[in-house]
Amino acid sequence: MSMLHVVNKSPYERNSLYTCVGYCRESDTLLLIEDGVYAALAAGKAAAKLEGLKVAALGSDLKARGIAEDKLVEGIEIVDYAGFVDLVETTDRVQSWL
Amino acid sequence: MKLTIQVNEGPYQHQASDTAYQFTKAALEKGHEIFRVFFYHDGVNNGTRLTTPPQDDRNVVKRWSELAAQHNLDLVVCVAAAQRRGIADPDEARRNGKDADNIAPGFRISGLGQLVEGGIQSDRLVVFGD
Amino acid sequence: MSEIKKFMYVNRKAPYGTIYAWESLEVVLIGAAFDQNVSLAFIDDGVFQLTADQDTSGSGFKNFSPTYAALGDYGVTKIYVERESLEERGLSLDDLQQLTWEDEDEDYAEKDSIRLVSRAELAEILAEQDVLFNF
Repeated sequence: MSMLHVVNKSPYERNSLYTCVGYCRESDTLLLIEDGVYAALAAGKAAAKLEGLKVAALGSDLKARGIAEDKLVEGIEIVDYAGFVDLVETTDRVQSWL
Repeated sequence: MKLTIQVNEGPYQHQASDTAYQFTKAALEKGHEIFRVFFYHDGVNNGTRLTTPPQDDRNVVKRWSELAAQHNLDLVVCVAAAQRRGIADPDEARRNGKDADNIAPGFRISGLGQLVEGGIQSDRLVVFGD
Repeated sequence: MSEIKKFMYVNRKAPYGTIYAWESLEVVLIGAAFDQNVSLAFIDDGVFQLTADQDTSGSGFKNFSPTYAALGDYGVTKIYVERESLEERGLSLDDLQQLTWEDEDEDYAEKDSIRLVSRAELAEILAEQDVLFNF
């Protein structure tokens, strides 16, 4: 079964992202929301953790935090809340790494 | 898709309630069914009608009440967590000897079984928290 | 009869500093009445919830750690503890409570509920679950 892993805290505050990536399997998607979007900053140390993963980020949370798309790691899919709902539907389960 | 939403945090302190609200709204707009929204831990504080947020920002509680009215949503506040944190409806207030109740429109107080049932009856459980 | 779902309660936070550990247990206890296929996972600081010798007498709040020992009576037989989380925190199984359940199919033989698993193994187990609770 494929999983949607949702990370909502910054990797510089909490270890949720670091633990989560150890649980990501081939068919899974990682969605960054709320403060979790800071993980997508290409220049940040946490960016390396996203390598090889299928990653999405909530656009409104990036915008709220003033993060321009050109600052992000390559290959991230920016979604809105409708896209978030779609991700829940197209994966089999949701795991919230709080 | 039939969804149960779990909200673990109160209004304003964490973004969880905001994200849960926007997600729920988007799911409804896409024609999905919201089986239940279950408020646990400090999430029960989303169910007080006594908030007076500043006029220039969102009214988190009212927003949930309005969404519930518009879509006939089942917003459930966990009774054990609510008792701990002082959220009560008229029955709870009377039962526990309190001189007031504060539950917001559209919310009802019930047991943890409602969350478990949500997990059983829904296609997905989506948890928002800290 | 409706299908039985695989319920996983994921615990990643330490006890007492926040209420999540205790209120998560309350869901497990109530949930037992619904006869689903239940397991618990302890990852990251969640492993601290299971340590033995918790004593809250100087703190003024309730010591709820005995509740873990009662889980066997609530039909909980699968308690997954992540090995990497234990090791990172300098703990071993010896530091944890010994949690058991009684197998009525084997003359009520007492069996260990705690299963020490690697992150990779627990990832596979998580992927099989129908409902994932997080607190």
